[in-house]
Amino acid sequence: MSDSSPDDGFVTFDRVQKSYDGETLVVKDLNLSIGRGEFMTMLGPSGSGKTTCLMMLAGFETATSGEITLGGNPINSVPPHKRGIGMVFQNYALFPHMTVGENLSFPLEVRGMGKSEREQKVKRALDMVQMGNFAGRRPAQLSGGQQQRIALARALVFEPDLVLMDEPLGALDKNLRERMQYEIKHIHESLGVTVVYVTHDQTEALTMSDNVAVFDDGRIQQLAPPAVLYEKPDNAFVAAFIGENNTLRGKVDAIDGSTCSVRLDNGSVVKALRVNVEGTGVQSTLSLRPERVVLGEGAAERPNSFEAEVLELIYLGDHIRVRMNVCGDDEFIVKVPNNADGRDMKVGQKAPVGWSIEDCRALDPS
Amino acid sequence: MAQADATMMGGAGASSGTEKLVTAEGVPLKRALERAQRRRKLMAFALVVPLLAFILTVFVFPIAQMMWLSVKNDQIVNAIPRTLEELRDWDGRELPDEAVFAALHADLMEDLERPRREQATGPMGIRLNYELSAARSAVSRTARAASGFEAPYKEAFIDAHRLWGDPELWRIIKREGRPLTASYYVAALDRQYDEDGRIVQRDENRRIYVSLFGRTLMLSVIITGMTFLLGFPIAFYMSILPMRHANLLMICVLLPFWTSLLVRTSAWIVLLQQQGVINTGLVTLGIIDDENRLSMIYNMTGTIIAMTHILLPFMVLPLYSVMRTIPPSYMRAAKSLGATPWTAFRRVYFPQTLPGIGAGGVLVFIISIGYYITPALVGGQSGRMISNEIARHIQQSLNWGLAAALGTMLLVGVLALYWLYNRLVGADSLKLG
Repeated sequence: MSDSSPDDGFVTFDRVQKSYDGETLVVKDLNLSIGRGEFMTMLGPSGSGKTTCLMMLAGFETATSGEITLGGNPINSVPPHKRGIGMVFQNYALFPHMTVGENLSFPLEVRGMGKSEREQKVKRALDMVQMGNFAGRRPAQLSGGQQQRIALARALVFEPDLVLMDEPLGALDKNLRERMQYEIKHIHESLGVTVVYVTHDQTEALTMSDNVAVFDDGRIQQLAPPAVLYEKPDNAFVAAFIGENNTLRGKVDAIDGSTCSVRLDNGSVVKALRVNVEGTGVQSTLSLRPERVVLGEGAAERPNSFEAEVLELIYLGDHIRVRMNVCGDDEFIVKVPNNADGRDMKVGQKAPVGWSIEDCRALDPS
Repeated sequence: MAQADATMMGGAGASSGTEKLVTAEGVPLKRALERAQRRRKLMAFALVVPLLAFILTVFVFPIAQMMWLSVKNDQIVNAIPRTLEELRDWDGRELPDEAVFAALHADLMEDLERPRREQATGPMGIRLNYELSAARSAVSRTARAASGFEAPYKEAFIDAHRLWGDPELWRIIKREGRPLTASYYVAALDRQYDEDGRIVQRDENRRIYVSLFGRTLMLSVIITGMTFLLGFPIAFYMSILPMRHANLLMICVLLPFWTSLLVRTSAWIVLLQQQGVINTGLVTLGIIDDENRLSMIYNMTGTIIAMTHILLPFMVLPLYSVMRTIPPSYMRAAKSLGATPWTAFRRVYFPQTLPGIGAGGVLVFIISIGYYITPALVGGQSGRMISNEIARHIQQSLNWGLAAALGTMLLVGVLALYWLYNRLVGADSLKLG
């Protein structure tokens, strides 16, 4: 990694570990490389170590071992104020005793910038987030979404190469959050700034990122672009954490090149893509996205085809979620488009379900 | 057509409704709301009544009475009404004429006939003595002898006591022969009346109160400053500690509250006196000579040390409660924006602690400006404050009028300072806990 071009490893974590109490590791052996201009999201449940990683990068926590570099230079011993990294905090951290304009002007002032240049940059940053008329307001007079914009503008006004965002949209309601996701995405694209974004919301991660690092238990479980993460999860945790997922458990019966057959607990045998299976005889979790399951007509032609019973119908407007019993699993979900076939479905009805081999991934037992 | 009518009526109703809203039963909305809330208001008031009554009887009423005492002046009016009548046209230069003395005699004779409890010459003597020393003995001696006086009374009075021949006494009687007086305030400002009735400064060696007010103010400012300098770091430290450790430290800060006054005072004496722990330690370490031991108690230093110690919690508690609410992310944000730790503290953290500093400062200052017991115990002569003088007039010299005037001035002064603070900073920004 060290000899690659700076574009490839603008930010790197090299075997970074972090412990708060000297007994347990919060971050275990983290290796990560973030390219210049990339939008990288650290995604994971709370306590997975993602925020700790961000704080180490910002300089508010020190790595217990390992090295973090920024633009090729190690920054372990550089204090936060000399790192030149913009940061958007979860609660925005807008200074309540300053106006919006003063908040934005603050990073420029401490850099000794002249007044006219400062005003110009503050105005440009405010215009960028469409808050040009709010320079004289106090943060307390703004709504959550407006504060969010100001926090974003403040982190960008001094033109840092790297901006960190710590669950910045967590406090906003759903509609606003979605709008802000696009806005942040567009600002990222137009400025070309590198963004490291921490969230526990998978939709947010999939919508915005170039690459997503899924954290669990202090490790990166998978680092991949959103589509790969969803389509080809490496292990059972990622499959379950990203998107909706049907899980079937069983023992590997046979392996045939890139496919394998797994005998489920009720005796049915499922053919699946071999992804994370060590050999025959081990336990495996099969992961299958609900929208890849064919229900009714055409199901019998699939390599995997089973008789199933409808247990529950949930009407969701554009589609209907059907909870079924498949191969002894009561929580099997199938998504059916809201058309004539879907509307005819009844609870208790028996119907065949089927899916292809490549849509069903045999993963670690988890 | 009917529909159109209905719409029109609806429109008319709506437009009149903006002026006076009524409920479905036609009662004005405001009155309906008032009626609905009356019960709740009465309940709330009933909860407040005991405290209100308590405060009125033990706080507001005594203070009002004290303020009344500082201007009350009926002693002379009660004792010698006829004399005052005769004195009305006196020019205040020469001794009054015989008619005045005759009236005085009549007044004294009438007073002698009253039951002893109601006799008014005694209080008059005490009152006159505040203005002119020896006036009390002049009054009492004359009153005893007055029954034997015969005309011409002027000589008889002057024979009985030489002070009756002094126009100064008569000027005082005329000046203070009114039901209300400003003389206590005049005295409390180190001033007096001259021969022409003008208010002038007292002789330099008799001025006490103004400089004492000044010293009290100065000591209060110093003590407030000291508690701030000592309290700010500890409050900051407590605010960043985990709750458990912070509580332990808080107990240490609150310890002076829980220690008996006697124990505390003895501890200070043991520590601070010339043969005390600190002096002996410094001498042993060779920092000071045995001859130049520091005097740290029974003077201003003693007052400052002891009061800073006692009042420290009043500064630390509001500061701590404000600092606890400042999330660490503000400092982090400032640093991430490029501010050095010092700049971040100065520009971002410190301004947010101002409500706490204001509250702590006002508390400590107001408490210390009226503090009495500590200066009395360890203040000696130079560490006395205005409250000690007030206490002296109440307990020893028994000049309650002067004590009331001093107390009223102190109260008004504190209120004025509070008003000023409110104008400059705004009392609603105070955070007391």
